[in-house]
Amino acid sequence: MRKSDIGMIVVLAALVALPFVYREPYHLHLMVLILIWSFAYTSWSMMGRFGLVSLGHGGFMGIGAYVTALLWNHLGLSPWIGIPFALIAAGILALIVGYPCFRFRITGHYFVLVTLALSGIVLQVITATRDYTGGSLGYTPARAAGSRVFALQFDDKATWYLIALFVWLVGLLIWRLIDRSMTRYALEAISEDEDAAAAAGVNVTAEKLKITLISALMTAFAGALYCQYQMFISPDTVSGIAVSLQMVFAAIVGGLYVALGPTVGAVITILLAETLRISFGTGAVGWDNLIYGVLLVLFIIFLPQGILGSLLERFKRKPSLVRWI
Amino acid sequence: MQAFLDIFDIYLLEAVLNGILLGGVLALLALGLNLIFGVIDVTWICYAELVMIGMYAMYYLVQYFGLSYFIAAPLTILLVAALGALLHYLVIAPLLSAPPINQLLATGGVLFVLQSFATVAFGIDFRNLGIRLPILTIGDMNFSYARLLSFAAALIGMVAVYLFMTRTFTGTAIRAVAQDRQIMALMGVDTRKIYIITSALGGALAGLAACLLVLQYDVHPFVGLTFGPITFLICVLGGLGNFFGGFIASFVFAEIISLGGLFSDLEWGYVFAFGFFIVMMFIRPAGLLARRR
Repeated sequence: MRKSDIGMIVVLAALVALPFVYREPYHLHLMVLILIWSFAYTSWSMMGRFGLVSLGHGGFMGIGAYVTALLWNHLGLSPWIGIPFALIAAGILALIVGYPCFRFRITGHYFVLVTLALSGIVLQVITATRDYTGGSLGYTPARAAGSRVFALQFDDKATWYLIALFVWLVGLLIWRLIDRSMTRYALEAISEDEDAAAAAGVNVTAEKLKITLISALMTAFAGALYCQYQMFISPDTVSGIAVSLQMVFAAIVGGLYVALGPTVGAVITILLAETLRISFGTGAVGWDNLIYGVLLVLFIIFLPQGILGSLLERFKRKPSLVRWI
Repeated sequence: MQAFLDIFDIYLLEAVLNGILLGGVLALLALGLNLIFGVIDVTWICYAELVMIGMYAMYYLVQYFGLSYFIAAPLTILLVAALGALLHYLVIAPLLSAPPINQLLATGGVLFVLQSFATVAFGIDFRNLGIRLPILTIGDMNFSYARLLSFAAALIGMVAVYLFMTRTFTGTAIRAVAQDRQIMALMGVDTRKIYIITSALGGALAGLAACLLVLQYDVHPFVGLTFGPITFLICVLGGLGNFFGGFIASFVFAEIISLGGLFSDLEWGYVFAFGFFIVMMFIRPAGLLARRR
């Protein structure tokens, strides 16, 4: 066992043990939010790192959240069954949009704008079906009458912390699996030069579809989790172009080419927003996004690798550290 | 039954005609975006936000400084043109050699900046110009003068751009740069200057659209989101950089939204338009007017 492995196990054990020692609800709440959003940002980066920039992930997240909540409220289906249905819906949508895009080689600007349309559609459908979804006023899953586990509703922040931590770790594990698979090399070849990759025998359409599907399913799952945790969703917080851009922003600030980059992005963005909210109160409305926007532009111009990515570049000589991040 | 059909047809005709009027303004926006894409090879995700800023400019010039609409309009167009040039100079120019995706995302950052700037500076209240134009009634159909005026002004704006592009030296240089960026630099054309001029021109078109839209819509910081995405779809459907395709696609979309809105809520009009767009991507991925390879 190497030194870095031991270090990692210690960090993990500390993360798991945290809620048993430390129970300040507000801080735990922040941690849960950071973990859930980190998972969502990681899902976006799964395809973003290969040059497949999607602005449609707000749509997948919205479907994950709304399908789960609607099935629970209207049909009484437990989220344990509802979430798989939501994932199937998001997956089908990803295939419907992804297949023609990849088959007909819609790349670059075109791909971004098509996916932009996707998150636009989901937002408009949620708003238009206001008789069921509550429209732009938002939607609340009904409080569980019976078993809390059955309804996947917990009042305890510590429980949520552990769930979110587990999901986040699984997300990182998926990243690691892809990182070490042939898929990664295929997709890297595709992002460099599609024609050359195809000529070398890479099935471009299938590889792109695979990563899009994984990414969309994970994002929808993040949406469902967010809905169950917050117990309130509105079209603006889980779907639409703003949410998609928020994912892009966090991933780029953290660094979308490294596994923990999106997590670093989530920590920075959420802490920034919370600090502004606490110090300026309602006067801060708009300021957080103003700062986000300026930072996003500056990062893209001066630090396209992101914070963590650039730091790792600098510490390349310490491979033991890099290996785990 | 006969009476029902009569009423229905009148409404249908009215919706079709209103769709054409809406198409004019959309075509103006699509032209600006296509111009920038065709020449600089950049998509301004924040294009509709420039329009939003222009609408606020109109609101303040008319309401607070008491200027007449026709004096405020040229000032707004100049202001947004300057904003367009500034956007190019500050954000796009440093990224010209970066991957295209980075340029696109940087303008996404500008979208955040403009939206939240408007939230901070102007608040989130809905504001309107307070100019109420009369309604024109032909037969049983109603058309607002605001829409007719917008349509006419949009057409004039497009003709002016066409003349500029074909009849002036600078316009010719812009078209040449759109055809080949590297060679034109070798031919002694200062491409940086051409880029700035094109960006200003794109901004001016956004400014003109703002002057027209402010007659029909209330201004609020997120107003860009109501017609921003639809403009991108129009440009992609027409073929990015293809001026004529964008023009046709504007009217197709405007009709879908207008007719969809007739049969149910306005949101469903948008949903139909989006759905149509995705179906068209299957059939004609490179745009409506693209030739089959």
